[in-house]
Amino acid sequence: MSTEQSGEVRTEADRLEDLAHRPPAFSPALDTGHGTILYLEDVTVTFDGFRALNGLSLYIDDGELRCIIGPNGAGKTTMMDVITGRTRPDSGTVFFGQRIDLLRQREHEIAQEGIGRKFQKPTVFEELSVFENLELAMAADKRPWVTLFARLTAAQRERIHEVLTLIRLTDQRRRLAGALSHGQKQWLEIGMLLMQNPRLLLVDEPVAGMTGEETERTAELLVSLAGAHSVVVVEHDMAFVRSIARRVTVLHQGAVLAEGSMDQIQRDRRVIEVYLGD
Amino acid sequence: MLARRLLLSDRGGMIVLALLLLMTILVPVLNLMVPPESPWHVSTYLVTLLGKFLTYALLALAVDLIWGYAGILSLGHGAFFALGGYAMGMYLMRQIGTRGVYGHPELPDFMVFLNWDSLPWYWWGFDMFWFAMLMVVLVPGLLALVFGWLAFRSRVTGVYFAIITQALTFALMLAFFRNEMGFGGNNGLTDFKDILGFSIQARETRVGLFVASAIALILGYLACRYIVTSRFGRVVVAIRDAENRVRFSGYRVESYKLWLFVFSAMLAGIAGALYVPQVGIINPGEFSPLSSIELVVWVATGGRGTLYGAVTGAFVVNYAKTWFTTAYPELWLFALGALFVLVTLLLPRGLVGLIRRRRREEDDS
Amino acid sequence: MTHPHHPRLARWLCTLILILGAGPVASADPLQPAGLESDEARTPAVLDSAAAPATLTLVPGEQDAAAADPHSLTPETLAVSEPAPVLDFAALVARLPEGSFRERAAIAVSIAETGDPRAVEVLGALLEGQLEVSRETPPRILIRTADTQVDALSGEVWSESVQTARVPVNSPLRGQLRALIARLNLSHPETRVRLDAVDRLMTSGSAAPLVDLLGARLLVEEDAAVREAIQVTLAMVDLQAGDAQQRLGAIAVLRGALAPEVRAAVTRVAEIDPDEQVRAAAGEALDSIQRRLQWYGFLENLFFGLSLGSVLLLAAVGLAITFGVMGVINMAHGELIMIGAYTTWLIQLALPQHLEYSVLIAIPAAFMVAGLVGIAIERGVIRFLYGRPLETLLATFGISLILQQAVRSLFSPLNRAVASPDWLSGSLQINPVLSITYGRLYILVFSLMVFVALLIVLKRTDLGLKVRAVSQNRAMARALGVRAGWVDALTFGLGAGIAGVAGVALSQLTNVGPNLGQSYIIDSFMVVVFGGVGNLWGTLVGAMGLGVLNKFMEPYLGAVLAKILVLIFIILFIQKRPRGLFPQKGRAAET
Repeated sequence: MSTEQSGEVRTEADRLEDLAHRPPAFSPALDTGHGTILYLEDVTVTFDGFRALNGLSLYIDDGELRCIIGPNGAGKTTMMDVITGRTRPDSGTVFFGQRIDLLRQREHEIAQEGIGRKFQKPTVFEELSVFENLELAMAADKRPWVTLFARLTAAQRERIHEVLTLIRLTDQRRRLAGALSHGQKQWLEIGMLLMQNPRLLLVDEPVAGMTGEETERTAELLVSLAGAHSVVVVEHDMAFVRSIARRVTVLHQGAVLAEGSMDQIQRDRRVIEVYLGD
Repeated sequence: MLARRLLLSDRGGMIVLALLLLMTILVPVLNLMVPPESPWHVSTYLVTLLGKFLTYALLALAVDLIWGYAGILSLGHGAFFALGGYAMGMYLMRQIGTRGVYGHPELPDFMVFLNWDSLPWYWWGFDMFWFAMLMVVLVPGLLALVFGWLAFRSRVTGVYFAIITQALTFALMLAFFRNEMGFGGNNGLTDFKDILGFSIQARETRVGLFVASAIALILGYLACRYIVTSRFGRVVVAIRDAENRVRFSGYRVESYKLWLFVFSAMLAGIAGALYVPQVGIINPGEFSPLSSIELVVWVATGGRGTLYGAVTGAFVVNYAKTWFTTAYPELWLFALGALFVLVTLLLPRGLVGLIRRRRREEDDS
Repeated sequence: MTHPHHPRLARWLCTLILILGAGPVASADPLQPAGLESDEARTPAVLDSAAAPATLTLVPGEQDAAAADPHSLTPETLAVSEPAPVLDFAALVARLPEGSFRERAAIAVSIAETGDPRAVEVLGALLEGQLEVSRETPPRILIRTADTQVDALSGEVWSESVQTARVPVNSPLRGQLRALIARLNLSHPETRVRLDAVDRLMTSGSAAPLVDLLGARLLVEEDAAVREAIQVTLAMVDLQAGDAQQRLGAIAVLRGALAPEVRAAVTRVAEIDPDEQVRAAAGEALDSIQRRLQWYGFLENLFFGLSLGSVLLLAAVGLAITFGVMGVINMAHGELIMIGAYTTWLIQLALPQHLEYSVLIAIPAAFMVAGLVGIAIERGVIRFLYGRPLETLLATFGISLILQQAVRSLFSPLNRAVASPDWLSGSLQINPVLSITYGRLYILVFSLMVFVALLIVLKRTDLGLKVRAVSQNRAMARALGVRAGWVDALTFGLGAGIAGVAGVALSQLTNVGPNLGQSYIIDSFMVVVFGGVGNLWGTLVGAMGLGVLNKFMEPYLGAVLAKILVLIFIILFIQKRPRGLFPQKGRAAET
């Protein structure tokens, strides 16, 4: 009760600040000593002869907010699949920090190392309530025997309420997630990412189906998360990319076509060809 | 706190549990205390029939736990039921002692008939009740562990899992039909004499088995309820709805499925162990794919995803089966087939869903 | 057993007799999926070709004795040398009932030497115990057939009953009679009779006169098979020659022979021959024979495996369409097979006089009937359940129960035997140890034809294009004007129709009963899962692979254990390749 009352006093910006600077949950083995958190080197993925990724190399700096754009079929989602362990590449290396070889890990291990992912299509647990969705996403011991007897601590409960307020779903917390609108589901999934509090966030098209105001809030949230976290955003909405991006990478045919600031990218002749030429 | 979580939040469950408790007390009283000529007397036949239904309900719970909650359709749960039954049957066979047709002190009749001269190693220890009871849960549990580990690890899901479990029970059926397996082949295990020193035919033993089944069902229900209301249970539901999302949230989905599957198999084993002394026989027919899929339809009819739905379904469908097979035996398979089709087409949430929907409509108006 | 369509068959069958008589014969029908043996006896029509000769086998004891010790028979066969007064055929025959067995043997030899064309018939009747002597004076010699008596000399038929006594024969005499008949038949105009005769001579032992006889025949014989048989028989005789060189030559000839007698004789030589060189050569020849036997055993297993595979292919290829292409799991697929089989049975009932063609008529009929039932299932139930595979599974299982029970109520719970037309029975004898039944051969070819036809339908026709379009992207296909519902119904009907066709083939292999489909459904799913869903080639390789695997394990493990192991194999295989042998790759769809 006390948390909710204090929540009303605090401004949203305060809460955002709190959440954004909460130390992320990640593996103690993570070593970002060289300032780079994610290394993809020469990654190739082939589906039935079609090269979804073709010798892709990409480096994400610690604390960076990176936008990745590219036409359909450029390999953006496949890249996310490779990082999160869903797709095994035919060749190449993927490292999280200096030491963690992501190719040797399974999806849940990668998530526990501190990599969170938001899907293109909002994916929430439809038959669970909003509150329960956040509870499950929460950074905690996730082994079966532990969850069988787990109880929420007061601190955890408070945390869930904070996120609920932030994503503006406090009133909906008992509703089944399946009953939410598309935009609300987007926010719930973002909320789940916040609960998971990963070191590296992979965000696939976060603002699809959002209103202008919601888009703005999302942009604000992502920008404030950067720093303590590293954020990789895949997005089609150029205005949105422009509003948040410091560095933009353009993928084309499974490889990096260009990289730089938004202005540089927009002047790049190859990029223009790719986007307008076809 | 725990009581609230297990009971109060679950109205349908409370009703079903209350009815079960009532039955557990009333049926023995009406059988043992009320004279047979009274209209209130419950015949021993009915006691055994209800006892059988109780074990079916426990089996239905086991299926509902993995199908209704985790979305894993197993078409081989009859195999775990049968394995538990065989473990109990082996104990009962050893209890026959020299009273068999051949009067052999150690070997069951069928082994003497096959000219075996000693008990095979896997029959050792089954003369002890505690050992047999351990096997009742361990054997199905172990099979589920190995099979589930293989299946879930390679992400065999949905229809594939269903088909493979069906093949599993089919293979076990073929194996148990073989005389060389040492489980009585075609005839299975039967002609039991007594259990824990009580004659298996005696009325009191029958009532005792009925009460044991009822208690097992109530405890099983509460255990399942504990699981589905825990965070573990919520993870399981989440797996059913968005498996990959759960994975990317850091849960090892395979372990969750595996342990739930193992627990479910153990429950089925217990159900089988209680079933065998009441019907007096266990044979490879219990492994047939049809019986496994039939119990899925109990759950579907009652309403999957609610534990009391599964219990209700087991009672309703089996009552119907008992009625049909005496009144119109040739129509039963038509009725069962139609039930499969109609429930999936018209009642995706089962009978319980029907009642709940009506109540919701009343609430709305 | 044999019939005019295959004149060469009979002579192969004679050799088959030897094989069947000499050793234990595999009893399980290799075409039957494991687990079926217990409740389904094979159709008599199928059984015919294999079982009938086995019952006709010569008294096995004698044969074995002959094979084991060729010397034992020679003295009696040599009775030819005993002086016998030259008499005409009629007088000799008249003397047959008199005297001891030994004398009767001598007379028989004389009869054979007259060269009279009736000799074979008379001696054959004596052998079979059908030669009788009437209680009249003078007694007449009669040959008893099923319902008449024929005068052995005049050929007159005696319909009225005459008091008769059988001319007695004993075991040694029978052996001699067989040899005599064989000698006479050696110059018979029909090739198969000659071949039969040579084989009889080989089994009945060796003797110098026979050698001369065979040697003489070899000079004039033109048929390659008969020549080879004679050479083998002569070599068998040579094996006992005093000259080591001659024995070596014989062994060289026998290297490639497969008949069990040859193996037994060569084995003996390898063990007891006084000459070391000969023993070594015999050992080597034995190895060579053994290798060939293994090779043919392997070929036979392979054929049985492919044959089982073809049945699995027929059963599974329809499933590959409904499950693989449409993603609909149809547990009533087995019952559609059953419907096809019952259609065959009904057509045979309706057209008893056209047995030869009824199977051919049944193919399109079963396709139509099962296809229509399939379309009804799709329109009535499945279309409401798209996207809910587990519910589809349950609903179609319910349908399968209804169909089974419907068949039980309509016809009978008992199995029905569907007769096979002549052109489907019989077998192709490739050599003494390898024969291929026509039924299985045709079904193998037929299954491949169905497979190719299906490939063409899917790849080359308008319907196929639409099917693939709908299965890949329903919404898009619909947007392009494809009537998705109509395509679904037709696709399902196609899969169901093929199940019906599979039923026609199965009706030729097993009995037709309400449980027919049940036996195949799990196997069919295994094939589709093993081969890779959505890939017809995978289904082909999966079916053949599982069929062959099953058949190669069966001799060692028995049918049930082999089946269980195949199942475990598939479960382990899925560990390595969760999406089958030939997976459809593609970008993983979102959650």
